[in-house]
Amino acid sequence: MLREYRDCLRRGEITSRALTEKALARIGEMEPSLHAFVTVCEDTALSAADAADRRIAAGDAPLLCGIPMALKDNICTSGIRTTCASTMLDEFVPPYSAHAWERLQAAGAVLLGKTNMDEFAMGSGNETSAFGICRNPHDPARVAGGSSGGSAAAVASGQVLYALGSDTGGSVRVPASYCGVVGIKPTYGRISRRGLIAFASSLDQIGVMTKTVEDSALVLAAICGRDPLDATSADRAVDFLDVIPHVRGMRIGVCDIAGDATSAAVRDMYARVQDLLRQLGAEIVPVSMPSCEEAYAAYYLISACEASSNLARYDGIRYGRAGKGNTPEEMFLGVRSHFGDEVKRRLLAGTYALAAQGRAESYDRARQMRERIVSHMGDLFTRCDMILTPTAADTAYPVGAHDEDAIAYRYCDTFTTVPSLAGLPAITIPGGTDDGLPLGLQIIAPRFREDLLYRAALALEEAIGYEV
Amino acid sequence: MKYEMIVGLEVHAELKTRTKIFCSCRTDYGASPNSQICPVCLGMPGTLPILNRRAVELGIAAGIVTHCAIAPVSRFDRKNYFYPDLPKGYQITQYGEPLCRNGYLEIPCGQGMKRIGITRIHLEEDAGKLLHGEDGTRIDYNRAGVPLIEIVSQPDIRSAEEAKAYLTALRERLVFADVSDCKMNEGSLRCDVNLSVRPVGETAFGTRTEIKNINSIAFVGRAIAYEFDRQVKILEEGGVIRPQTRRYDEDNDCTVLMREKESEADYRYLPEPDLPAVAVSGDDIARVRDGLSVMPDVRRDKYRAWGLSEDYGRILTESRERADYFEQAAACTHHVRVAANLLIGEILPRTGDAPIALPPASLAEIADMAGDKRISNASARRLIPLCEDGRSPAACAEEENMMLITDEAAIADMVRRAMDENSEAASQWIAGKDKAKQALIGGVMKISRGRAEPSAVSLVLNRIAGK
Repeated sequence: MLREYRDCLRRGEITSRALTEKALARIGEMEPSLHAFVTVCEDTALSAADAADRRIAAGDAPLLCGIPMALKDNICTSGIRTTCASTMLDEFVPPYSAHAWERLQAAGAVLLGKTNMDEFAMGSGNETSAFGICRNPHDPARVAGGSSGGSAAAVASGQVLYALGSDTGGSVRVPASYCGVVGIKPTYGRISRRGLIAFASSLDQIGVMTKTVEDSALVLAAICGRDPLDATSADRAVDFLDVIPHVRGMRIGVCDIAGDATSAAVRDMYARVQDLLRQLGAEIVPVSMPSCEEAYAAYYLISACEASSNLARYDGIRYGRAGKGNTPEEMFLGVRSHFGDEVKRRLLAGTYALAAQGRAESYDRARQMRERIVSHMGDLFTRCDMILTPTAADTAYPVGAHDEDAIAYRYCDTFTTVPSLAGLPAITIPGGTDDGLPLGLQIIAPRFREDLLYRAALALEEAIGYEV
Repeated sequence: MKYEMIVGLEVHAELKTRTKIFCSCRTDYGASPNSQICPVCLGMPGTLPILNRRAVELGIAAGIVTHCAIAPVSRFDRKNYFYPDLPKGYQITQYGEPLCRNGYLEIPCGQGMKRIGITRIHLEEDAGKLLHGEDGTRIDYNRAGVPLIEIVSQPDIRSAEEAKAYLTALRERLVFADVSDCKMNEGSLRCDVNLSVRPVGETAFGTRTEIKNINSIAFVGRAIAYEFDRQVKILEEGGVIRPQTRRYDEDNDCTVLMREKESEADYRYLPEPDLPAVAVSGDDIARVRDGLSVMPDVRRDKYRAWGLSEDYGRILTESRERADYFEQAAACTHHVRVAANLLIGEILPRTGDAPIALPPASLAEIADMAGDKRISNASARRLIPLCEDGRSPAACAEEENMMLITDEAAIADMVRRAMDENSEAASQWIAGKDKAKQALIGGVMKISRGRAEPSAVSLVLNRIAGK
């Protein structure tokens, strides 16, 4: 789609301004029911569109120039407030931009706004946002998924052509699955994390949400690469653009998902896609994935521990909510009460798991599990080229369904945490529907093999022929 | 009962880097509050640390000069605690895998030397500074992110004297290796003391207290002496030592309680996910080693071999600049001791710690002229300020008529004139009265306006008297 828009813009059939105005109108119309945005930046969007139009007219326009898009509200945007959907940062305007946004801005991207999310990206339903729940465009009674729910909903509802999210344990892939869009969490290190407000630094990775697989690769290509200011970013060339869609001769690992609380529709979809792959000439290799429960426990503990450290900086002194009190302790306690319940829960869990008393049984064990998962996945990739799983166990759940049922709530991430823990690239594409609600299909590849992911995802996209 | 003290020291030294350890802010001392800060060292959301490789090199240098093993791979961790001067709510430090381990320093002990073990040296970032005022407390974050090394000694120290000797040796090595300024008054070197006591002969350790942030070597000695007496007194009165954090009160020369340590603080260490492991290759170590200055004890051995006293050695190695200056001069003169005398007796009292204006080659030239008796010692002293602007000492000595007369015929002529002018002294001298010699020498000096070389004058006089 992006290439078609680019061509239309170049031929002068449409202007960026017109596209942007149309998108803003659509947002204005849908926002009251959808709530995909925390902040809509109408003025800056229109002036960016005008600048893009001049650039296009001058014949100096990269692919993404003039295309309306959105950023998850934990990606820093200089001069535009960046809240992490938290009261703690509700007036925080960073004086710097994230590396990914710097790259897109240089390419002429038109930012329509900052999208809704779970507070500090903690959640899988976009229900913990301090600015209200983001609804699923396919059924407003259901969640969009989280934590990048706003980005998924904005893309799925046609408000923007693409959006960036962030993925720590499934936060791009779960909402993409629930909203029926393509979502990629690239290899850890593929995209600079500079300017992405940290939740769990060893897991966080910016991801891309689009309508099509091709668009996913195009946007990823525009933002990936080594950033000298992120020591964990990798110096890897873009080798995944314009790959030939095929799976012939490829060994695709599949696993037994019957025991994983998956719905019948998910199991059907999974079986159907395996048949499809066989027809396309792939070899289906049964594999056993690391235990989902173990992976989820490791993910939960490690991310909570890192969060307890990363979120310690919100002390009310330098930015964000101002602290008050007669002693530092009073001030810290006062200002940190602004965190929402889910954030507090995870900070408490992480603090406990790192403390001497609980550490050996929780944090240390979680890290050992993570190491086992990394080596387990390494072993699997000696026997297959990619691994196919459902993305989530079911379709989007009704808003509020899990408030009393924290465990199930947390289980939504299940199939997505293994690639996060191992730093592997994983993509979700729409794989089918259940009662009109999208189901996602996840493909996992070895580190830095986004080329394989896109090759298979393009082939499946075509074969599934799924249209929302 | 007789007690002994068990002391271990933790020393923090600010590294002499131009910029901070994880961002490019400057580290200048004394800059106005919060003028050297950026989003990274303020710990703003989304910012990431980038390791300053220069800090690693200086850490390696510290390890080399303290005989440590340098780890091929070391790692950063987060030490989590809340305090207003700590921007991120954690300090980036090295916990499990420090940069250097297992070193030692040798200190003088009785007639010989004693080894004080060094457990580890690790890299970390400094915190900001609280400025308490009448209208409340303000925070200066300039220091936040300044690179530090922490040097942890083994509990090998048994007296205040040993502690002071260890600190002196450590300090001069870090200074000569250009690792740190080690200015305790500016806080670029800070020392925490861990001290316990036990009856002599006992092998188990007693309960220790920690005395924090002592800001001079002399105060470290006094704090240790006080704390030892305090603990011994408690034990002798049948009391128990409680684990405490104390501080040294300079005004009253005692240690005072800061807080009880009911349990060890739990810093919830976490591997720093934003920084990859620090890799140090053999080549890296070799490069740092090649760039290191000669250590002060090695220099003092050399000076001793040149015939200089221990005191001279100590004074000349008080700073690296001074020792380098001296050695540059020494390399150009046959009269090293004269050069040392002039430096210590004339130059240093005038310049103190400030840079020396006189070029070292000029000091060497003056030392040679004085040593070869071409000019008098008084002239040598006078030449120093005259040549600070780079004038040639030889030319200057000529111009100032400082060159001594050594020509025998000329001196003999002047001696005759002096004897003519003071015939009484002359006849006494010839008659064998030694006392008369001074008067005659004085006469020659008067005639020569001080330029007759005294030993040549004496020689001529002796010959006349048949001595």
